[in-house]
Amino acid sequence: MIEEVFMREWVFLPIALLIALTILLSLYRATVGPGVFNRVAAINVIGTKIIVLLVIIGYIFERPFFFDISLLYAVLNFIGTLAFAKYLERGEVWS
Amino acid sequence: MKGKAGQGFGILVTFCAMLLFWLLLSGIFDALHVGAGIICSAIIALISHDLLVKGKGEKMLLKSFRFVIYLGWELWQIVLANFDVAYRVLHPKMPIDPLIIEFDTSLRSDFALVTLANSITLTPGTITIDIKDGKFLVHAIAKKPADALLVDKTMQNKVADVYMEW
Amino acid sequence: MVIIDVIVTLFLAAGIFFMFTGVVGLLRLPDFYTRLHATGKCDTLGEVLIIFGLLIYHLSHYPETPLVPVKLLFLIVFIFLANPTATHAIMKAAYNTGVKPWKLGEERK
Repeated sequence: MIEEVFMREWVFLPIALLIALTILLSLYRATVGPGVFNRVAAINVIGTKIIVLLVIIGYIFERPFFFDISLLYAVLNFIGTLAFAKYLERGEVWS
Repeated sequence: MKGKAGQGFGILVTFCAMLLFWLLLSGIFDALHVGAGIICSAIIALISHDLLVKGKGEKMLLKSFRFVIYLGWELWQIVLANFDVAYRVLHPKMPIDPLIIEFDTSLRSDFALVTLANSITLTPGTITIDIKDGKFLVHAIAKKPADALLVDKTMQNKVADVYMEW
Repeated sequence: MVIIDVIVTLFLAAGIFFMFTGVVGLLRLPDFYTRLHATGKCDTLGEVLIIFGLLIYHLSHYPETPLVPVKLLFLIVFIFLANPTATHAIMKAAYNTGVKPWKLGEERK
């Protein structure tokens, strides 16, 4: 139908482009950003934005497999940030 | 080590939860997939059941029911107070005044401490830094959200009502 | 139906407004602890709103697969639990390593 293509082309695609713009803006904090903690926070932000971007792309292209990938990436991003924080605090991950 | 009855209860609850996740996430209900699901859930429930269920605990059903009601109140608080953070960030003069506060609560069990720490981090204005045996160390962004935790104590009383640990 | 499309667009617009607030806070605020305030809260709420809007879109346009909204609901619950925990973990690491907080009247860090 006409209105399905309307939603996919005129609402979802600009939203995906705006999310990509926020990822680009937070790369500034990842490069400048005195110290290592600011950079870790910026990478965590990029990770959570990628989860939403994958779900929206799954709706634009009408393929239901992208939701599984985004669920997996959410878990990976969480574990990565926790491991990094543990290493910065103690100096080792596995004591 | 707890008695055999406590362990059996834990294994059963973990097995049911894992099997429910498998069936809901896959969506295919023929013999091969359901059989593989039962085998995998049984192996995981036997290996790591004591991470999910700690001991017996009393009045679990009543606590879960009250927890769902508390969740509804908290979602409304999150939406209402995120506008406050948006106002503070987008204002041209940026009225922030950070300070670090410390207070004491009467909660002792794991679930209650985690619920209160997550609620403090989600309602804007405060983030939990450290927890030591009931004492919370919290970083606040202005005077008004810090007062809501120190003076009013609405969130601590509601969490203590859910888990019944005054 | 047109009314459900309008509701979905409203949810998506609110979500993207909160995400922009989070990123502007990441660039503008003067200290590490205050930047974590902006991203840890506004990002979580913006994401939950966007995924909730997409869930409503799926329930109205593709009603023959009812298991995909359950998957999206798992994603929402996981984001609600995981994002504040990661924020708290990195703030605790910074506090114990010795990063000093910012008081009113100092310069930017």
